[in-house]
Amino acid sequence: MFITSEFTTARNLFPYNDIHKWLSYGHDGKHPGCDEYYFGRREFSFTLENDVYLRYKSFKSASALEHAIKSCFPYKIDIGAVYSVDPDKRHAYSQTGTNVFTPVERELVFDIDITDYDDVRYCCSGADVCSKCWPLMTVAIKVIHTSLKEDFGFKHILWVFSGRRGVHCWVCDPKARRMTNEQRSAVAEYFRVYKGNENNARKVALMGYSLHPFLARSYVDFLKGFFEGELQANQSIFSTKDKYDKILEMISYEDIQSELREKWEKSANRSSLSEEAISLVRWEQLKNTLQSKKHKAPTLRMCVEEIVFTFTYPRIDLEVSKQMNHLLKAPFCVHPKTGRVCVPIDPNNCDEFDPLAVPTLSQLIEEINSGGSKMGVDDDDDDTDSSLLGKSIKFFRSSFLGPLLKSCKEEIENSYKTKIGKSKDSFSW
Amino acid sequence: MEVIRSQKRTASNDVVSNPKIPLYLTAPPLEVRLEEFELFAIDRLRVLKGVSDGLARGKNPKEMDDVVDALWKEHMRHSDASEMLNKDIISHFVIRLVYCRSDELKKWFLSMETALFRHRFRLRNFEAQRAIVGEFGLPYKAVTGAELESLKERLGQVVRSLGQISPSVVNDICCVSVCFFSFLSFAVEAVYYKVPFEEVPDLVAGRRVLIQKGHAFVAGSQLVSLVVTQFRSHISKALILTNRKWMTTIREREKDRLTPIVEALSTTYVGPDYSQSSEYADISLKDIDQVSKSSFPLCMRHLFEKLREDHHLKHGGRMQLGLFLKGVGLKLDDALAFWRAEFSKKVGSERFDKEYAYGIRHNYGKEGKRTDYTPYACQKIISSAPGAGDHHGCPYRHFSEDNLRAALGRMGLSSRGMEDVMDKVRNKHFQLACTLTFEAVYGTSCDVGINHPNQYFEESQKILKSKTPAAPV
Repeated sequence: MFITSEFTTARNLFPYNDIHKWLSYGHDGKHPGCDEYYFGRREFSFTLENDVYLRYKSFKSASALEHAIKSCFPYKIDIGAVYSVDPDKRHAYSQTGTNVFTPVERELVFDIDITDYDDVRYCCSGADVCSKCWPLMTVAIKVIHTSLKEDFGFKHILWVFSGRRGVHCWVCDPKARRMTNEQRSAVAEYFRVYKGNENNARKVALMGYSLHPFLARSYVDFLKGFFEGELQANQSIFSTKDKYDKILEMISYEDIQSELREKWEKSANRSSLSEEAISLVRWEQLKNTLQSKKHKAPTLRMCVEEIVFTFTYPRIDLEVSKQMNHLLKAPFCVHPKTGRVCVPIDPNNCDEFDPLAVPTLSQLIEEINSGGSKMGVDDDDDDTDSSLLGKSIKFFRSSFLGPLLKSCKEEIENSYKTKIGKSKDSFSW
Repeated sequence: MEVIRSQKRTASNDVVSNPKIPLYLTAPPLEVRLEEFELFAIDRLRVLKGVSDGLARGKNPKEMDDVVDALWKEHMRHSDASEMLNKDIISHFVIRLVYCRSDELKKWFLSMETALFRHRFRLRNFEAQRAIVGEFGLPYKAVTGAELESLKERLGQVVRSLGQISPSVVNDICCVSVCFFSFLSFAVEAVYYKVPFEEVPDLVAGRRVLIQKGHAFVAGSQLVSLVVTQFRSHISKALILTNRKWMTTIREREKDRLTPIVEALSTTYVGPDYSQSSEYADISLKDIDQVSKSSFPLCMRHLFEKLREDHHLKHGGRMQLGLFLKGVGLKLDDALAFWRAEFSKKVGSERFDKEYAYGIRHNYGKEGKRTDYTPYACQKIISSAPGAGDHHGCPYRHFSEDNLRAALGRMGLSSRGMEDVMDKVRNKHFQLACTLTFEAVYGTSCDVGINHPNQYFEESQKILKSKTPAAPV
């Protein structure tokens, strides 16, 4: 679907300098405390046109990265970990002992894909996404972003559209980059609520007498309102028998299931209400029934919440987050199947993000041809704001890169001062 | 032998009342007789093997506390309390020497010593626990005053979300009659420590603590997580150093004295890993369907059936089934043919070769860093996390009751047999459930208990072959 010449444009528009600045985390060589080899120890991987996959690529500078991309013609670029030595030179180092080739830093990353929600969305399935189901991603961003900031205290978080049907999250604080696999796994498990597949009916099991504060906050601030409002409106999850049977199966008490099933079967044809209205009425009936019968079994205690969580709570891909060496697609790549650019998403305004309005490669080419913007993205271009991609680049720089680099440089300076301070002491007599 | 005079001996020899658990930070300057070198180590290995067995059988933490208590009393007791402490320390260092010598041994040693430490710690009272925490020299402070007040409500939510009555409530309430079960009081504990969340990964993973701005608030009763992380980290580093010392000096220096003992000790206790196929595990493609029905454990049968049905499996399923088949004797070429035949029906053989063949070759140690991966044991499978679209994991754990009953019915279990199995499942004894299934299907008893899918397969093949030696089973 993608032609090499179109992708040449993609490679010209890719913001090499911005990506280089980001991944250098302040080690630009301008301060004595900088590690000038830091960027060169980062792994990149290229996927070439005939599905050839090249791992362990590394580059000393932004221009080296640019040159390699423009000569290899990858259509997908992934970012891996920062290793103990240049990935290029890893074979010179042994597997054991002190000089080992091993990852030393890597952003904490999350991958949320809407296909993992196929059992709870009725408008699309598989690779498709539309305005009715995309809000699932929006609410996922809100829940995870709030937790990363409030619970874990992270500050430098980048959310990126994956190009087709999901979002990626890059947590770039120094503390996050130095986390071990075990710690990453712990954070991923902290976020995990949905434990299911077609083999079990009750995929969200909220035990205990109350929700953990993180889940309670997510429920009250985001999930409940979304479920009873936008989700019901878009998906009408109680309107037909197939749909409501699925929900009734989550109630672990046969009597209640039958009671509601009977009631709804009777009212099926009589009602003149819209699908959405029927759905809402049935939801109220379900809630009332459960409220009055709660005491019958401990598994009913939080059944209402379980249903809301099943339909709305984020489903992250655990494997992506758990290992330092997991590769993840770079921001600003073009998705080969949709042609859309993987642009950043503003977590504070994610309601406004529309995946179907993201610039495509064809639109960008047309914009260039009609003289609307230049080829290539300049660093200090005042016009970037007006071009299709310009807004995204500007957002990337002002909301994410700027504050990140400021904090990185402070850290480099502080640790340098500490080091100098220590060695000064050793000279005192 | 030089006797070290330690603190006054307490009257009771009960291990629980002896507060000290050594941290094994440095090897003590003791003299050890050669016979004791080996004997102490063997006794400790019995304890570690017992811990390993208990974990493999899926025992819960309280049951493991009892297991460890019993094992310690049986094998590590000494009439003199200070002698007991010496034996503890000496045996640890000897086994560390034995088990530092390969990655597999190191991993086993680290897991078992950490588990042993964890449960010994849990058996101590709060004062003893605080003393042990103190020995680690951690800089974490207790939360007090206004800060504690501001957190109280949410700390209470955490306690309630774990669905148990806080133990400190039981301690605080002096009048026993107040503890009626109908009166459920979820009080916040008296002491909480403010700790970076990275220090307590298992508490974070289980949402067992309140986390705010990167700090986890760890209750006194949860201290075990904090110290276990520290302990494991320390032992892990120590193993690397010990290995280096062994390789560079000790092995050669001791080649006539300690080295033979050390080398003999390690082979005694590593369980079979099924990476080499035995006489009972050598199947070919043409037999595979029949063998899947006759000898596969439920987890693998399910994966196999789903693969035949959907012509696809997600990554977790490919790993679990693929490695199992390798352990069962399927050669690489046959494996590639098998997976290609199925996957081509869904994604086409070209895409199979591009995207999936590499993974299979990787499992057989033919790609990448060329590790020959071993098939997953039950413990690993039970603790996996199948998500949407997955079929791996342990059916006894991950299936709903209805689906499990249906699956067991297809295996030919009677309703009586099924009830026994479901009873085990309800009590979370997943491996015992699988063992009972095995016993019901083959009409025999399995005393040793199933803890590896390939073990199930081999035992099954043994029985079937002994019944009809000539026919393929």
